[in-house]
Amino acid sequence: MKKTAEIKPEDAAKELIEAYPVKVGRKRAKQIIINEVGLEEQVPEVMANVRTIPGIITMRGCSYAGCKGVVLGPTRDILQITHGPIGCGFYSWLTRRNQTRPAGMKDPNYMPYAMSTDMQEEQIIFGGEKKLKKAIEEAIDIFHPKAIGIFSTCPVGLIGDDVHAVARDMEEKHPGINIFGFSCEGYKGVSQSAGHHVANNKVFTDVVGLIDTPKQGKYKVNILGEYNIGGDAFEIERIFEKAGITLHSTFSGNSVYEEFASAHTADLNVVMCHRSINYLAEMMEKKYGIPWFKVNFVGAEATAKSLRKIAEYYGDKELKDNVEKVIEEELGEVEAARKDAASRCAGKTAMLFVGGSRAHHYQELFRELGMKTIAAGYEFAHRDDYEGRKVIPSIRVDADSRNIEELKVTQDPERYRDRLTEEDRKRLGDEFKFKNYEGMMPDMDKNTLVIDDLNHHEMEVLIEKYRPDIFCAGVKEKYVVQKYGIPLKQLHSYDYGGPYAGFKGAVNFYHDIDEMLSTKVWSLVKAPWDDSPQLTARYACE
Amino acid sequence: MKTREAPVSVTNACKLCSPLGAVLAFKGIEGAVCILHGSQGCATYIRRYMISHYKEPLDVASSSFSEDAAVFGGAASLMQGLDNLIKQYRPAVIGIATTCLSETIGDDVGRILQDYVKNRGAAKLPALINVSTPAYKGTHADGFLAAAKSAVEALAEKSEKENTLNLFPGMVSPEDIRHLKELLADFGIEYTLFPDYSETMDAGQWGGYKLIPPGGTPVKSLKNTANAALTIEFGISAQNGDSPGKFLEEKFGVKNVNMPLPIGVKATDNFIEKLEEISGATVPDKYLFERGRLIDSYVDAHKYVFGVKAAVFGDEDMVAAMAVFLDEIGMVPSICASGAPAGKLEKYLRSAITDFDGKGITVLEDADFEIIEGAVEKTSPAVMIGSSKGYKISRKLDIPLIRCAFPVHDRIGGARIALAGYTGTQKIFDSIVNSLLEARQDASPVGFSYM
Ligand code: SF4
Ligand code: SF4
Repeated sequence: MKKTAEIKPEDAAKELIEAYPVKVGRKRAKQIIINEVGLEEQVPEVMANVRTIPGIITMRGCSYAGCKGVVLGPTRDILQITHGPIGCGFYSWLTRRNQTRPAGMKDPNYMPYAMSTDMQEEQIIFGGEKKLKKAIEEAIDIFHPKAIGIFSTCPVGLIGDDVHAVARDMEEKHPGINIFGFSCEGYKGVSQSAGHHVANNKVFTDVVGLIDTPKQGKYKVNILGEYNIGGDAFEIERIFEKAGITLHSTFSGNSVYEEFASAHTADLNVVMCHRSINYLAEMMEKKYGIPWFKVNFVGAEATAKSLRKIAEYYGDKELKDNVEKVIEEELGEVEAARKDAASRCAGKTAMLFVGGSRAHHYQELFRELGMKTIAAGYEFAHRDDYEGRKVIPSIRVDADSRNIEELKVTQDPERYRDRLTEEDRKRLGDEFKFKNYEGMMPDMDKNTLVIDDLNHHEMEVLIEKYRPDIFCAGVKEKYVVQKYGIPLKQLHSYDYGGPYAGFKGAVNFYHDIDEMLSTKVWSLVKAPWDDSPQLTARYACE
Repeated sequence: MKTREAPVSVTNACKLCSPLGAVLAFKGIEGAVCILHGSQGCATYIRRYMISHYKEPLDVASSSFSEDAAVFGGAASLMQGLDNLIKQYRPAVIGIATTCLSETIGDDVGRILQDYVKNRGAAKLPALINVSTPAYKGTHADGFLAAAKSAVEALAEKSEKENTLNLFPGMVSPEDIRHLKELLADFGIEYTLFPDYSETMDAGQWGGYKLIPPGGTPVKSLKNTANAALTIEFGISAQNGDSPGKFLEEKFGVKNVNMPLPIGVKATDNFIEKLEEISGATVPDKYLFERGRLIDSYVDAHKYVFGVKAAVFGDEDMVAAMAVFLDEIGMVPSICASGAPAGKLEKYLRSAITDFDGKGITVLEDADFEIIEGAVEKTSPAVMIGSSKGYKISRKLDIPLIRCAFPVHDRIGGARIALAGYTGTQKIFDSIVNSLLEARQDASPVGFSYM
């Protein structure tokens, strides 16, 4: 078997598309890139956010999944009703392992509930608005929620149901309740990404800005794009508290409606998952004057860096000192765990194909373990997530993206407030990089592979060719990869583990990866009486 | 929280959507891959959901509708999808199921496929089996049955009559399928069991990867279903809808017998008797021993289970058979709930359980978990039997949950759930009794350690 270093990426890129019809191969070639980082972080162009080819087994989901499942799913007290047939709602029922922690027993938590209008043929033929209204009445009757979100599945748009009109009508009937609809039909856009945008827009127009009372506390920060999978947000909350930073609201892990509604009163937005929530950050800046920058709390170093950046933003000595103290305190345990795991993991290889930010963020943790990421890609990201926001002006808007509304946003005459003085700006300088995401590719080595919307076929080719030590993706890929004798770490659900964010998370991750790489289970595959050379080569275990 | 009067909305459904059932049925055909006609989201959701239960690879393609296709029809997408599937997999069979989207816009998949075959040439193509599975007209159980019927309809071919048996067990676990096959083989019966996903959805380590997992009912055997001497179908879901057995009876005159899933002594006895009759063989000793041990354990544990209430929920075939089994061991299936449309379950249970009205059994048809929770709160059963979806209630009301039905996504072993036959019954019986004992032990103030 060849060592990774001996494999020519050009050969791999060619092999990946060999089995396709010519036209398909040509298209995929533009999404399979050999990385190269030039001056000023120039990287090659990658085609992204384009339609998946029919008949190819993709990792992607639909815009309903992005809207209801990803962005709104983790909020606990906005009651969510899926308008559609039963499946879509069922499949998005608590499947993402978002955790939440209501303050008290009495506080509402609707996350364990999946409400659906369970559309039947009658509604498909005669329309479903009546049933939807009835469902909303029932929901109000049972749960008395403050807010209700209605999520459209594919049939809704086609039969002409107007969920927004229904929301308005029902709101009139129930003045105390904020009711809003999402046009996130699954056929819109090319992946979950469209749904993120739809969700951002609606939360921005219908929720943020409704409550003007700010939270008490110093250094009020919103975190955007952290969904509390496996308790990640809890760990970040812990660190913030220790450092004396007030977490105003998280979009949307462990969040509540009121925090969304008053989020415009915070001093700063920091963005974790750029892909799913950069729209909201941009719009909040324009309308309310809240600056934003990109952070990353995955990886101990990255966490420290992000904390320092927040302290730097405020420029306050007390906060800076606090942050340094926290980092020093936390890093002791982290370093010990890292060194121990790295003694076994260093030099091994990883591939990451997941989501719209995780394929980048988790490279940090592998780097800390001394491991090398040899191929990575996103499921539903856009070019800016690969190449950096600098390419946004040159992104071509195709028919699929045009369908998703771009809101026109203007300054709010009352609520807009410049958070930074001239002095602050001068102090922070250009280096500080607000509104920036440099993308995944500048962070990756030369000659590594960057592949957008990796599909099953290509995953199999990659594994055969490179045999990485670990592959990171989701549950759909897990059992395929493990049939090859290679462990798969789920970076959507964490294989029931976590948290992996922050300092404690890093320790968990080192431990889990070390365990997966050290397992002896594969050595059992080959039975003692089996002497097929292929098996011997593949599962050669001392 | 008040209980609702016949709500129109569903809160925490006790059913899934029909294409999911179709995918499972297609996975029971040797050399098959499947594609869902509609947006890619459905295929992704269904895959991820089934994978979390079976913990096996599962490829489901999609015709990946664009917004244009959603408006103008998806013929071109489907054809391109089929081309790409064939190129990547070289399958023997492609199963094509529709989704709500393609059904809503009225795509005629039959027509599209006719054009496709004409255009590409039948000789070069795998067998194409299509089924209409709008989720707004049925549950996953309906989709499963419809796909199984479509496959038989598409492939069954009249030729010489043979002395074989068709066994269509319905949505049972791979483990149960393996056990049924063992039984048939032990009786020396030539059979076609369909759909047989016992290997495709519960495979071992192959020492490499296989694009299409080995296993499944061979196409040749499916062709032969038309010539069998008898069909046995399990489950009430096959009783008055369209079923593959009924189709074969009507079209080819193959006698069709419906039986409950063989859970419990009596139900298994009935099935074994039937096998004896078909094969002319005597019951192998092995099964007599299994039966003996099972009854022996009934005797041993009688005092722990007698009169104890249980709530059973899930697919109606499972619920029906489980309830009758619980009645057999002296427990009371005080709640029998299914998300399947009303009409069959209560009727069946009334006929199968003696003194039904005297036993305090509540049957909930077309139920969701909100309704089930209300009923559980009211009747306080000692144990819940069904899928992982019962966990919320189980945790809230502190009632042990036995996971023995699809979907199980918070434990391992979903594919190895055993319910069928004497050995399957033995396993479920042991788990029920042990979970009752465990609850009692945990609740005991002294913490006894010997019983
Ligand atoms: S649209 Fe229909 S087929 Fe697709 S997931 Fe939803 S219910 Fe199932
Ligand atoms: S693609 Fe449409 S129908 Fe399918 S899961 Fe998504 S919203 Fe539901």
